[in-house]
Amino acid sequence: MVNYNNNNFSKGTDFAVILLYVIMVAIGILCIFMVEYNPNLNWSNSFLTAKTNYSKQIYFAIFCAFTAIFILLMDSKVFTALSNVLYVLGILLMLATFVLGKDINGSKSWIPIAGGFNLQPAELCKIFTALILAKFISKPETDFSKLKSHLIAGAMIILPAILSVMQHELGLALVYSAFIFAMYREGLPPVILVALLSFAILVIATLLLDPTVLSIIISVIAGLIILNLIKKFKRNKNSILVIISIWAICFGTIKYIVPYMFNNVFECYQSTRIYSMMGKEYDCGQNVKSANKTTVNKKAARKPDDYNVKQSKIAIGSGGFWGRGFLKGTQTRGKYVPAQHTDFIFTSLGEAFGFVGTFTFLGLYLFFLFRLIRIAERQRSTFSRVYAYSVVGIFFFHIAVNISMCIGLFPVVGIPLPLISYGGSSLLTFTVLVFILLRLDADRQMVLR
Amino acid sequence: MSVYNQNRGGIIQIIIGIIFTILIVQLISLQIFSSKYKLAADNNAIYRKIIYPDRGIIYDRKKRAMLENTISYDLVVIPNEAKGVDTNMLCQILKIDKATYSKRIIEAIIKNTRVKASAFEPFLSAETYAQLNENLYRFPGFTLSERSIRSYPYNTAAHVLGYVAEVDVNFLQKHAAEGYEMGDYAGMTGLERFYEPILMGQRGVTRFLRDNKGKIQGAYEKGIYDTLAIAGRNIFTSMDVEVQQLAEKLLQHKIGSAVAINPKTGGIIAMASSPGYNPNLLTGNQRRKTIGRLLLDTARPIYNRAIKGQYPPGSTFKPMGALIALDEGLITPAYGYNCRGSYGACGDPRKCEHHNPGHAANLQLALAYSCNSYFLQVFRMAIDNPQYHNAKKGYLKWKEYMNAFGFGKKLGVDLPSENRANIPDTAQYNRDFGGAKYWNSCYMLTLGIGQDRMTATPLQLANAMAYLANSGFYYTPHFVDSIENEDEEDKLMLEKYRTKIEVTKIAKQYFDVIKEGMHDVTVIGTAAFIKVPGHDFCAKTGTAQNPHGKNHSLFVCFAPKENPTIAVAVVVENAGYGSTWAGPIAGLMMEKYLNDTLTNESKLKAENLSNVDLMPAAIKSWYVRNNKTEMLTPLEYNNDELADVWDMEMLSEIAPTKLALDTPKKIDTLPVTPPSKPVPSSKVNKETALDPLQKKKKVTKNKNGKL
Repeated sequence: MVNYNNNNFSKGTDFAVILLYVIMVAIGILCIFMVEYNPNLNWSNSFLTAKTNYSKQIYFAIFCAFTAIFILLMDSKVFTALSNVLYVLGILLMLATFVLGKDINGSKSWIPIAGGFNLQPAELCKIFTALILAKFISKPETDFSKLKSHLIAGAMIILPAILSVMQHELGLALVYSAFIFAMYREGLPPVILVALLSFAILVIATLLLDPTVLSIIISVIAGLIILNLIKKFKRNKNSILVIISIWAICFGTIKYIVPYMFNNVFECYQSTRIYSMMGKEYDCGQNVKSANKTTVNKKAARKPDDYNVKQSKIAIGSGGFWGRGFLKGTQTRGKYVPAQHTDFIFTSLGEAFGFVGTFTFLGLYLFFLFRLIRIAERQRSTFSRVYAYSVVGIFFFHIAVNISMCIGLFPVVGIPLPLISYGGSSLLTFTVLVFILLRLDADRQMVLR
Repeated sequence: MSVYNQNRGGIIQIIIGIIFTILIVQLISLQIFSSKYKLAADNNAIYRKIIYPDRGIIYDRKKRAMLENTISYDLVVIPNEAKGVDTNMLCQILKIDKATYSKRIIEAIIKNTRVKASAFEPFLSAETYAQLNENLYRFPGFTLSERSIRSYPYNTAAHVLGYVAEVDVNFLQKHAAEGYEMGDYAGMTGLERFYEPILMGQRGVTRFLRDNKGKIQGAYEKGIYDTLAIAGRNIFTSMDVEVQQLAEKLLQHKIGSAVAINPKTGGIIAMASSPGYNPNLLTGNQRRKTIGRLLLDTARPIYNRAIKGQYPPGSTFKPMGALIALDEGLITPAYGYNCRGSYGACGDPRKCEHHNPGHAANLQLALAYSCNSYFLQVFRMAIDNPQYHNAKKGYLKWKEYMNAFGFGKKLGVDLPSENRANIPDTAQYNRDFGGAKYWNSCYMLTLGIGQDRMTATPLQLANAMAYLANSGFYYTPHFVDSIENEDEEDKLMLEKYRTKIEVTKIAKQYFDVIKEGMHDVTVIGTAAFIKVPGHDFCAKTGTAQNPHGKNHSLFVCFAPKENPTIAVAVVVENAGYGSTWAGPIAGLMMEKYLNDTLTNESKLKAENLSNVDLMPAAIKSWYVRNNKTEMLTPLEYNNDELADVWDMEMLSEIAPTKLALDTPKKIDTLPVTPPSKPVPSSKVNKETALDPLQKKKKVTKNKNGKL
């Protein structure tokens, strides 16, 4: 049966996903073309010269097509067998960037390879982490209802994330939180999700409200709960401890953790972006990192600017309902949106095709994600399912964060839009992610370990 | 286990669904419910470049261009691109210092933002232009831009033509709907202002796409929203450059005005106001140097006396007064008055220049000799007309005639800010004399000889002559005969200048009598020595008393006597007899117009006349004071009188900010400090200066007193 599949890979392969994939990549090239379009150049020639980004993206896409075919021709057992090795390789590559790394846009996460192309190991590590997570959870000896397994899985995920942070790629590091989907599906207690959500809300609330006011509100709520349930406590003394410890954690978060995060963990510009999202100004003088930097560089802290988001919103908003038309967007033509061919590619679509375009586009993405979830659920082997959910998580996280950032719902982090944004590494990563899943899906009758 | 967690796939789908819904809600709010983003995008990216068409040319009656367009260059800067500029060299070429340089850059940013071009130094001289052009590569961000400016080949008719200047904030507010922008130029006075929409043409707008660095990317939407610049249309006036030049020349060194109208059309042939200025002084880089000086000049060279100056018409009014009496049937041409050198019917006798009996034996003679008594009597008859029962009604009728002749109202000439001068209302007399019952014709007797409160502008005087020349009608005086490619709207606008105004129905024979009388003025009367070779003409001299000094010299006339084609009014302020100064000026203007040239004798006369200096002493002394302060000598003139001559209203109209610089009124407006406080303090100061010890003593005394 395995042989049969290898000889004829079309059997069992999900063509709906492949079709969606091709449409997405095509839309991506179109969007990059819109960004780069110059009426003074003969664009039909420039498509093949590899001098413009869209023609480069076409070459990337061709390369990815070959990779995809190659993956589909592979034996699906390879992925289970090599997952450990690949993970280690990925981590080593990430460590190697600290030595060989090339500085691109302020982040030292690229390794230069032949032909002027650069490789970003952190991107590839997403695949390897997905594989090793699947491998770990699918092992018969792993009982994923236990805390120990959770911690081990967590460690596997957090290691590349920490390395990414060290490379100043906060966005990429955040992506690793996407694995929470897969872990949740495999038995991570929902409490953790709720706790994380609560923590996020608390952080946002801290930023929005005055810390003192917020601590008073939290204390009052805790007090009221204790008063209400005072009879229960007589029977169960543990619950009062739980409530008090939750209150203590909240209080600590407000008073210490949030200021620490913004002043010590984040870079000045990151804190500034988050604050400006909330409509506030961040004083970079409090930031330890920027303080160090200014003493070294003698450069004054940058003024808080939300230029990117402002221009991005103008571009999308000016599209209106029907859009300004293909190649007619003035924001795109005038290059008002920075990094428009990579992280802000969504703006060119929004401006040219309006709400109709963005709605259709999001519909396509949603269909794509639900299709992947359907694939995940039809797997017999845990390995394939965990891997599938990892892919769903990664895609979803990228889409949600990227688009939120374009429309001003999330602070600006460097996260590309899957299959659309310009960039070989990113396109290749998502291609590999999708096609390994398709390869596994083709063998869904097998139980892989 | 996987079976146990099956529902979690659904939960994940729900989470994804929720997040996508949030995204779509935000997209709806951005793309469907906020219109500001479209506007913001247009503001970002669309650069409107305005293309200025050439202004229309103004021609005289013989199609000579009274003004033309010439090219001047501005140095223009885009502040954002002005980096790495060789400021030393630039400042050296422009003869400015570095502080001025930075100041102008900041001004440019304030005016037009960093990414738009603003004028750094307008109207470069040819030399500066050449220097800059050679070194322009040293000044990135600076460009030389062409601009069309006015030039005046005949150096004449400054008041009539008006000037073009950069619009200011006030102007933009007043003309908000007309699409002017900061930095535009517009006609500010004269014909340039009145015919601005026609002369300006239509500005073209080209829209460009601009990128984030302000660089032009190409036409916006392939230029479908662009409009072409349409050149301003030319206008053709009834003026005669040579007559105009002659009039201005003759009025040199005098204060006054001359207006010549073609009675057949109402077209103004010449309109001069003196002192004037060379219109070339208010174009290009000259303007900056000149405008302040002109505005502050006490003789008010930019004030158009022909339409704003208010003069008592004096004896030049007499033909009109006679006409009223004739029409009302109060006198016949044969009516005579036995004048013995004064008019005493109202008590206090009024003087007449003539004593010989019979000089006012009939209307014709009375006009020829300009007999005061005769016309005072005629005026009284008009006011006390038994037909109207009381003096008030009689006066109102008389005023109605005056208005019909074009006095006491704006004629509607095609220049801005015309003055209506004054024919007093009965209300004024009622107020002054304590009610309608208490006054009669004796109270405003001198109205009959063009004095009292009656004033007229030179334009009104000339128009009245046109009315007489036409025997009963006139056309609204105007400059513009036709407009190039006249459309319906223009026709509508010019309609009023092409309509005969015939309010009165006075019999032609009365006009003939008046004309004969005025002809006699030039044969046997007060203007007998003024000749227009080859032509008979009708005229009336005037010597108007006025409260500001010597008599004004006035002269009104029209020629030829039969079938007149020119009517002239000349006023020379504080000059003396009408026949001495105003008369010859009018005569020469008629000669020039009718014969197209002056005889040698006339040329000599013109030359002599133009050299006569009749400037009032007060104004001369002002020049002495202001131009050479160290030579200031105590001259005897009354400061208040000077203030009276000043027309504050007019100054404030042109330069409200400059008003503070006026000398006479400033003192009045100074805040009066309460006298109680400074007096003791100055006393103390004086005392300390004189004897500090003494003061000390005083203080101790005070202390003691208190204790």
